[in-house]
Amino acid sequence: MLTLFGRTMTSLPCILRQRGKVVDQLFEIGNASLLMACILSIFIGGVITLQTGPVMTENGLSSAIGGLIGLSICKELAPVMMSILIAGRIGSAMAAEIGSMRVYQEIDALRTMNINPIHYLVLPRITAITIALPLLVVFSILVGWLGGAMVAVANDRIGISYQAYFLNLRQVVDFMDILNGLIKSAVFAVVIGTVSCQQGLATVGGPRGIGHSVTKAVVNSIVLILILDYFLTRFLINFE
Amino acid sequence: MSEPTRTPTPAQGAVRVEVNGLRKSFDGRPVIKGIDFQVERGEVFVIMGPSGSGKSVLLKHIIGLEAPDEGDILIEGESIRSPGVMGKYRMAMVFQSGALLNSLTVLENVGLYLREHRLKKQAEIDRIATEKLEFLGLKDVQDRQPSDLSGGMKKRVAIARALVIDPQLILYDEPTSELDPLMSVLIGKEILSLKSRIAVTSIVVTHDRDLAFGVADRIAMVDDGRILAIGTADEIRHHPDPLVQRFLRINFKSNPNPAPAGNTPAS
Repeated sequence: MLTLFGRTMTSLPCILRQRGKVVDQLFEIGNASLLMACILSIFIGGVITLQTGPVMTENGLSSAIGGLIGLSICKELAPVMMSILIAGRIGSAMAAEIGSMRVYQEIDALRTMNINPIHYLVLPRITAITIALPLLVVFSILVGWLGGAMVAVANDRIGISYQAYFLNLRQVVDFMDILNGLIKSAVFAVVIGTVSCQQGLATVGGPRGIGHSVTKAVVNSIVLILILDYFLTRFLINFE
Repeated sequence: MSEPTRTPTPAQGAVRVEVNGLRKSFDGRPVIKGIDFQVERGEVFVIMGPSGSGKSVLLKHIIGLEAPDEGDILIEGESIRSPGVMGKYRMAMVFQSGALLNSLTVLENVGLYLREHRLKKQAEIDRIATEKLEFLGLKDVQDRQPSDLSGGMKKRVAIARALVIDPQLILYDEPTSELDPLMSVLIGKEILSLKSRIAVTSIVVTHDRDLAFGVADRIAMVDDGRILAIGTADEIRHHPDPLVQRFLRINFKSNPNPAPAGNTPAS
């Protein structure tokens, strides 16, 4: 996986020539994940508010709900949940597509035409996912905040106003907190892209081999995301 | 093993290929056990043998998709392992499955090499790709996806994609497998027609005896990773090796494993 990442990095100067494929991939990622990201984010925001809001209100901390939800979503939940969503929705598709190209000799055909599969297949995909995931995380943060606000206002046991929720959120959450989530998501995106492409390229056998590659791509991506999340959080705390 | 008795007229641009002492094992299992042959410029050289005899692996070595454990492959006297040699000569391979990119249309598949190497403008690429498709009798399929084509059409599109490279060497891997006899003859005629119309050396891997004897200038009979015989069609037909004769003569009516004399069970 590290070898593939290194080879992709060395092929970065070719990215301008592959910009058409990057745009195609961006559209594919957007089409495949935007609606799901919206649903996931609104309910994540809502459920955290539902879990924490009543307890905080009982302890006289209702004015701090906006900040708590805001920070949880932008620093942790949006980057991790969106990454898991993208690993399942896009990483699996990448592994399946490249895996099937490997099994049906399309990658060999590219090589015989002196077309580097890293330039043609891997670089556009990793670039697109690295652009798309942070954008999706920004979208998820905003929708998640809104979901939290809706529950905070509508739930009888919390019962705070939109103004109070967003006022506290603005006081607590600053740009560095959002940047924290974006940095995490960019790293996770590279991991998902590299793992998925690597699994696709390593596919052997027939359709069963493609199935194995897809499963390994998703499972390995999610495990790496969760492990890296801890170490990234430890690292990024130093800049707060 | 017979030496070649007939060398075709050297074609301009076509390349000479030399395979020396090639050996390859996968997971300790030898697949190619020492193969040597030369293919002259402009020649149609057929590598024939039963399934699993190492023919396709041999072809993958020639195009650089596999690296040999021992031995070397020379194009115009230069080892393909030397830096820049694979890029110096224009080589194309027609895969057994066609190996068309399913995410692209037929026209995009055929123009892929020119587009990715930015050799022409898009309009010119489309014109050349259309011309190559028409050359192979494929009209009105430009906008179709490979999954919409029949096996024979896929093979011809794959040949068109190979021709766009303006190749000096074309490798065909089982070009008539999965095709009906009519389509097989058509593909065979395409191989011969390319030989007469463009300067190209062709190496054809097949177990189809009709195709081999129909198109070959010379034939190499391969079995179990070794060459049993090399020669013209006539020389192969009359070759004394029993394995060669068995491969050439076997049919549904003949008994592939005749019982030894004196061992016939009583009726």
